[in-house]
Amino acid sequence: MKGNAQSRGVNYVSFRQKLSNYRKHKVSFAVMSAVYICMAITLLSVIVLIVYILAKGIPNLKPSLFSPVYTEENVSMLPAIFNTLIMTAMSLGLAVPIGIFTAIYLVEYASKGNKLVKIIRITAETLSGIPSIVYGLFGYLFFNLALRFDYSLLGGALTLSIMILPVMIRTTEEALLAVPDSYREGAFGLGAGRLRTVFKIVLPSAVNGIFAGVVLSMGRIIGETAALIYTSGTATNIPKNVMGSGRTLSVHLYVLMNEGLHIKEAYATAVVILGFVLLLNFFSSRIAKKLKS
Amino acid sequence: MTAVKEKLMRYVFMLTATVSIAAVLLICFFIFSNSIPAIGEIGIINFLFGKIWDPDLGLYGILPMIVGSIYVTAGAITVGVPIGLMSAVFMAFYCPAVLYRPLKSAIELLAGIPSVVYGFFGLVVIVPVIQKIFGTSGKGVLTASLMLGMMILPTVINISESALRSVPGSYYEGALALGATHERSIFKAVIPAARSGILAGVILGVGRAIGETMAVILIAGNQTVIPESILSGVRTMTAHIVMEMGYAQDLHREALIATAAVLFVFILIINLCFSAVKSGTSRESRKKKTERNAGNGGAVNER
Repeated sequence: MKGNAQSRGVNYVSFRQKLSNYRKHKVSFAVMSAVYICMAITLLSVIVLIVYILAKGIPNLKPSLFSPVYTEENVSMLPAIFNTLIMTAMSLGLAVPIGIFTAIYLVEYASKGNKLVKIIRITAETLSGIPSIVYGLFGYLFFNLALRFDYSLLGGALTLSIMILPVMIRTTEEALLAVPDSYREGAFGLGAGRLRTVFKIVLPSAVNGIFAGVVLSMGRIIGETAALIYTSGTATNIPKNVMGSGRTLSVHLYVLMNEGLHIKEAYATAVVILGFVLLLNFFSSRIAKKLKS
Repeated sequence: MTAVKEKLMRYVFMLTATVSIAAVLLICFFIFSNSIPAIGEIGIINFLFGKIWDPDLGLYGILPMIVGSIYVTAGAITVGVPIGLMSAVFMAFYCPAVLYRPLKSAIELLAGIPSVVYGFFGLVVIVPVIQKIFGTSGKGVLTASLMLGMMILPTVINISESALRSVPGSYYEGALALGATHERSIFKAVIPAARSGILAGVILGVGRAIGETMAVILIAGNQTVIPESILSGVRTMTAHIVMEMGYAQDLHREALIATAAVLFVFILIINLCFSAVKSGTSRESRKKKTERNAGNGGAVNER
């Protein structure tokens, strides 16, 4: 309660005054209670969800679940963890450069009122609204069937990279726009070309914002299920190469629940996914703090 | 040399920028070209308004799934929007400064949790509770609505909060000065002024709820009939595709892709509504700005 004395302005209302005010205005009191109750429900749903899964799942985290091979008896999730990491790396490898380059074009190169820019904005917005199952079906029809990839990690990664593209474009664009124009003018004034300015001055200053987009995309990749079931498939082990089928952690969790035979292992898998999500959230809040200072 | 590089890179940037255009075109092409023949064969009326889905008998009516998606989405809005809006009011007008960061990150966490984890939570927590209270299977419209309502909370809260914050402070202060209580000022002056921003949040929530797949499939029951009560099982369009795509052949498969096309059209309509509302907000806020400037003696003339 430090600094309370300074913050007491002319409009300071003590708790007791507030209470007597509410006694006069019953409806206001009811509304105020409703606001508090609703916030409590929101907060409670977060806490219950996380605590419940952690409490039920952590006792089920057995070392045998992290053996390198999946078998009928031991539904190990280590292969799925590896597949998730491979999938994340491939999708980001595709989407991050494309997203950054698109944002560079939109912010640094395109002139205002450009028709192409308008169309790109509309399509990016459309992409971000498409449900993941439609992506999954498209990936299945295009990559798996038309391009004959069959069920493969590559097909899944290509599908996901389209899915996270709008996130990457939007976050990078915001990061680039936040770079002050004086930086660019300074670089131009020193005789640097546009390309040099972008890569040596603008991008390095926007790197935190771009990283925030990468973290956000990672979260979506790790949690994605519907887009992957029919693109990368549900094979249980690590494929020999990227043309083989393999399930990620989220797909693993879905299949376990659907079979209904390994509910304990499902709890453990949910804990691991939640662990990844919590870790990413921690990173993104760190970045947000950095961006503010 | 550098001039060539500059020019080359300019085209490289432009080319990568067109990837998103190509992606949308490809998605439209593959989804629609695979579904139009099926719709033609089944007949658009029989497909959209047929009440019976039975591939063995050659009946491909997806009305139960369309109605299911609409019911579940409406349920999610009924649950999620009041709670979300009230929470946004809390975040904008009630929250003590110390609590703001932790609460904000809790809401962000709610947004970051994958849908399959939500589905898992619904299956092991909400389904048994509903089972106990009502003595049914526990899977149905009510369960799915509660779950989806929870899932759209972060979307509704974040967008409503920024809409509430973008209302000029003078609205609130003016109401307060006229003797209205804190609550009355917020609910009678600020919220009406922020209503198109809030509406945009609701529309995004609708988009999220209707496209949700993995959470719904685990807790909705998935019967292909139009639900009779809020406790009976329901199958949404998204769940319908995931459940049958694995073994479907020929016309059956194409009918499923056509279901995705219907879903896609729904999403496009929702997107259109969203951008219409959003352009409305920017116009409104511009108007507000000019009003404010006029109040300041019209020092700045925006035209």
